Amino acid sequence: MARMLSLSALFAVGATAALTGSAAAQSGEVNIYTTREPGLIQPLLDEFSKETNIKANAIFVKEGLVERVRAEGANSPADLLLVVDIGNATDLVAAGVTQPITSKLVEETVPANLRGTENQWTALTTRARVIYASKDRVAEKAMTYEELADPKWKGKLCIRSGKHPYNTALIAAFIAKHGEAKTEEWLKGVKANLARKAGGGDRDVARDVLAGICDVGVANSYYVGLMRSGKGGDEQVKWGEAIKVILPTFSDNAGSHVNVSAAAIAKNAPNKENAVKLLDFMLGHEAQDLYAKANFEYPVAADAPVDPIIASFGKLKADSVPLDEISKHRKAAADLVDKVGFDN
Amino acid sequence: MVARANAMAITLPSLSRSRLRAAPRLSGWIIASGAIACLIAAPIVTLAWIAAQGSGDLWPQLIAYVLPRAIRDTTILLAGVGTLTAVIGVGTAWLVTAYRFPGRGLFDWALLLPLAVPTYILAYAYLDLLHPLGPVQGLIRAMLGIESPVDFRLPDIRGMAGCIFLFGLAFYPYVYLTARAMFLMQSACVIEVARTLGCGGAGAFFRVALPLARPAVAVGVSLVLMETLNDLGASDLLGVQTLTVSIYSTWVNRSNLPGAAQIALVMLAVVIGLVILERAARRRQAYAAQAQRSRKTDPVRLTPGHAALAVVACALPILLGFAAPAGYLLRETFRRAQMNGFPPDVMQMAGNTMMFAAIATVITMGLGLLLAHTSRLVRRPLTRGLVQLSSIGYAVPGTVLAVGLLVPLANLDNSIDAFMRSHFGVATGLLISGSGAALIYAYAVRFMAISAGGIEAGFAKVPMSLDWAARNLGETAAGTARRIHLPLLRPAIGAAALLVFVDCMKELPATLLLRPFNFETLSTYVYAEASRGTYENGAFAALLIVAAGLFPVVLMARMSRPPAAEAFGGEEPDDQVVSSARPR
Repeated sequence: MARMLSLSALFAVGATAALTGSAAAQSGEVNIYTTREPGLIQPLLDEFSKETNIKANAIFVKEGLVERVRAEGANSPADLLLVVDIGNATDLVAAGVTQPITSKLVEETVPANLRGTENQWTALTTRARVIYASKDRVAEKAMTYEELADPKWKGKLCIRSGKHPYNTALIAAFIAKHGEAKTEEWLKGVKANLARKAGGGDRDVARDVLAGICDVGVANSYYVGLMRSGKGGDEQVKWGEAIKVILPTFSDNAGSHVNVSAAAIAKNAPNKENAVKLLDFMLGHEAQDLYAKANFEYPVAADAPVDPIIASFGKLKADSVPLDEISKHRKAAADLVDKVGFDN
Repeated sequence: MVARANAMAITLPSLSRSRLRAAPRLSGWIIASGAIACLIAAPIVTLAWIAAQGSGDLWPQLIAYVLPRAIRDTTILLAGVGTLTAVIGVGTAWLVTAYRFPGRGLFDWALLLPLAVPTYILAYAYLDLLHPLGPVQGLIRAMLGIESPVDFRLPDIRGMAGCIFLFGLAFYPYVYLTARAMFLMQSACVIEVARTLGCGGAGAFFRVALPLARPAVAVGVSLVLMETLNDLGASDLLGVQTLTVSIYSTWVNRSNLPGAAQIALVMLAVVIGLVILERAARRRQAYAAQAQRSRKTDPVRLTPGHAALAVVACALPILLGFAAPAGYLLRETFRRAQMNGFPPDVMQMAGNTMMFAAIATVITMGLGLLLAHTSRLVRRPLTRGLVQLSSIGYAVPGTVLAVGLLVPLANLDNSIDAFMRSHFGVATGLLISGSGAALIYAYAVRFMAISAGGIEAGFAKVPMSLDWAARNLGETAAGTARRIHLPLLRPAIGAAALLVFVDCMKELPATLLLRPFNFETLSTYVYAEASRGTYENGAFAALLIVAAGLFPVVLMARMSRPPAAEAFGGEEPDDQVVSSARPR
């Protein structure tokens, strides 16, 4: 015990620096609060710092990013807020912790339905919620989201928890299209088709298709790139190769449901200029290219190239309902998931 | 909450429920304790405040569709995990204390190893190992000569049964630890009398040892239930809809933090009710441990057949709860290392993890000591209440607790800043929020129950007569604490400190939310990989968490049973504490 105490005392001395004070806002810095995993954005930040000499500090927060910024109030060091999922983006605005983005590049680059009202947030990349189908056992080449409830898939469908934000957004989009009553029917139908309990991650859909547990499933587009490219190891290549990707549409044929990774400038950003610089950098060619290559997302800049693996699915046509509109139905979507006992 | 700490030091009968009246001028201790309790309770008060902002419109939907299911599942889960951990924990504890068989010395401490594996890592490892494409089912198919998992596969581990099984493996050490300590302290006389009166081994266990150990088992199981109730990661991975999952989904999917806080507070109220019940039950049973024993039970040597069974019974929980997940992490680490090499910053993360866990442990133990000391010095409901109030953070899910911490910290910072600006024209900005100090504060709030409770339980074994003697001889209260209590409390303090350390290392939600810029610990790194769906990449860091957790676990086991005592079947450390303090 005594030894441990003295050891801790030693640590304590070393820790003093870390313990006193947060990263104060200084010139030549930009502070990022992100729910995007650091592994994904760190290469971008490094590149940005190299080019501009602006030091980029980041904290990866999962839940509670909004709460943290709001609690910190006027003294918050946060400049740029990076989030994944439309719900998180609109929550930032609803909490009043953002300010309109004043960047020409954003207006020129990002389609209007992928930005918040008054440019309170902007998408940086998009991803489609697609269908993974067994190469061997599924003949269909095109499908609609509505068809997922078709009884022909009974006992053949895999999907992650209905409470996951990616599914919440998809269900909210369904509500935007068809209303709550029809969505409830649809959810019941999808639930009745499940081959296993809703759960796991998106990659598990591909793995379970390979294992023969299911024939079709719903998952995000970029995981296919992560699997097939070998970045996840040899096993995952097999998972990725077991499936083909169908870019589904809603029955009105308007396009696939997409979600976003998004950015907003904090209301009390001490380094606002640098935040705009970083935002512009992230929408620039180099960064958009990096996003596409590193995480196989769809770049939001129309002229930026899509990774070949992702391009092989065919041309993505994104549904045109504004994401802000979809986000309004999130609560209803979550309620429906509970009501039909989707995860039970 | 407090109960958990008793894990390390089973409350012996209070040797004399003392009637030491508060000496004059003790108010300093009480004020200090009150201040600590207020600091610890601040996040809960904040949560109540957040909850009050909500309209309550959430409840009809909850009651109609969510709560019936969540309450049912939570109850089944708690009942299942409670039973399983009690069976494994008590069974193995009885085997290693009452019998001699090959490997017993090893099992004695190795049975604690699953403590080192965070539950979400255990769950992930098993999902992978038991997947139809994984090694276990692959082997089974190979033995049966079946080619494809399409033709044969085992049922999915996701679901209630799998969840109970995994939590049982992860948490049985809490029961093992408490039950073992109790069996070690039980008087040989009672068991021998039972045997003389014709009880067989099973009879002695079921009719004497087990009823005597019941308070200890209750303590262990209540720790297990608290951990199970507050778990989010593993139950989420395994698809079990507990109340904590409902809280989380109310917050995240419905963006309804007040609603989430409301559910959390209702759950807290239920937990507090259960803890009070448990304490009341233990009060009635306090006589059970009254026996002052003179001699340790001599373990009975088992016949080879029975010994083999005992070895299997002890080895299984270790293999399933520790060896399998650790082996899985090792395999994944090697695979990753071949592909990508090791994560570059992992040593720095390990350093951060250890450093913050160590500092938090020292501070939490120091404050806990002060609380427990005051409650001994001034034996009044007020001081007991302060200890219990300080333990409240253990009963709230970590994610929600972290939000409750954010608000008072930031308010404090902003008030200081405003004051400094208006009076001195200096902007101080955020001093504590987003600093390491906020993290340490969070750990102290979360784990004070282990510290204060553990020390309090240790105190119960130190007769008040010692305090009186010291004070009569002119020693001050602080001096008594330093020269009498500290040396006697060493085992209790050590064990509590080690548990706090391991728990701080594994802590995730508060660390994620409150940490400073550019700061990673092992668990935040593992989590970041996990939330990308690339759990495998976090394998090395996860392995380091397990490895770093190993050291205190082994140390804890060693400290609670010195080899000498084992060799001679002689006196146990707890006994030494008491007997060395007692005139011989």
